[in-house]
Amino acid sequence: MEWKFNSEAPIYLQIMEQIKAQIATGVLKPGQKIAAVREIALEAGVNPNTVQKALSELEREGFLYSERTAGRFVSDNKEKAENVQSELCKQYMDAFTENMGKLGYSPKEAAKKYSEYVE
Amino acid sequence: MSMLIGVKGLHKKYGKKPVLKGLNLELKSGRIIGLLGPNGSGKSTFIKCLAGVLTPNEGEITIAGKKVGIETKEIVSYLPERTYFSPNMKVKETIEFFKDFYKDFREERAMDLLSKLDISLDSKIKHLSKGTREKVQLVLVMSREAKLYLLDEPIGGVDPAARDYILKTILTNYSEEASVIISTHLISDVENVLDDVIFIQNGEIALSSSVDDIREKNGKSVDALFREVFAC
Repeated sequence: MEWKFNSEAPIYLQIMEQIKAQIATGVLKPGQKIAAVREIALEAGVNPNTVQKALSELEREGFLYSERTAGRFVSDNKEKAENVQSELCKQYMDAFTENMGKLGYSPKEAAKKYSEYVE
Repeated sequence: MSMLIGVKGLHKKYGKKPVLKGLNLELKSGRIIGLLGPNGSGKSTFIKCLAGVLTPNEGEITIAGKKVGIETKEIVSYLPERTYFSPNMKVKETIEFFKDFYKDFREERAMDLLSKLDISLDSKIKHLSKGTREKVQLVLVMSREAKLYLLDEPIGGVDPAARDYILKTILTNYSEEASVIISTHLISDVENVLDDVIFIQNGEIALSSSVDDIREKNGKSVDALFREVFAC
């Protein structure tokens, strides 16, 4: 997968966000195995310690679970995935509303524009 | 993670000119550390003291519990800023050279890395471009199984694609027991691979922190912070 990082937030948080988004969007499915720390580190061009930190945090938050020798897997936790989904949805909506506002559309007008656009 | 490097009251002068003015530092193993600072701040001098090629005027450095000396040279792999191979050497002779010198040198690893970089073993050092020479030297240095890698400006002369490859080489080849110190001013290129950074300014430590902390506290990259701290 492709990893993109901004320069403001700590990398481990960004890795967490991106994995959460993949869980929410179903790219990563419950029970699916997560790549090994070194593998992700190389792919993303980041430090293995950073990946380790991100994965342990995700485990602590219940998005992943680990099995001693087999590795890390995606938890079967619909509620968590849905929370992330609605959180992301809210973020996108906020961004859309803000950008449309800059163009001079009120939220209502923006909504109308949007429904016209998808028709 | 155990303590790997201890530096106490390190002073170094060139003639009368003080270059390092009392550095104190402790570094753990298993970390990748960026040594950052403007030109002439003392980065290379500090690395040379760690490598044991310069003797401090005052203070003490221990690596894995041993004072810097013959014993630490066995566990420290040092990449100087300049190439030191004879221009007439062939690449394969430099490998032999390292094999003779260091018992922790892994020939297969070096061969593998060189072939991935498309560097011919039969080329003479003087016939290689500056960037390729740097790559050869980095490959040799990273092919040792050291406890500490000291890389003085490892990516300065190479193109961006090779830079990525070199950083990946560093990531793959260091183990959890080892640490890597990278001195550079190309911060944005290395920022994502670093655990910690040390800012050096006028021979003193201006800041020593983890990269995560810098981003969390300041909401900006190490690169941006560096530009702020060292603004001219």
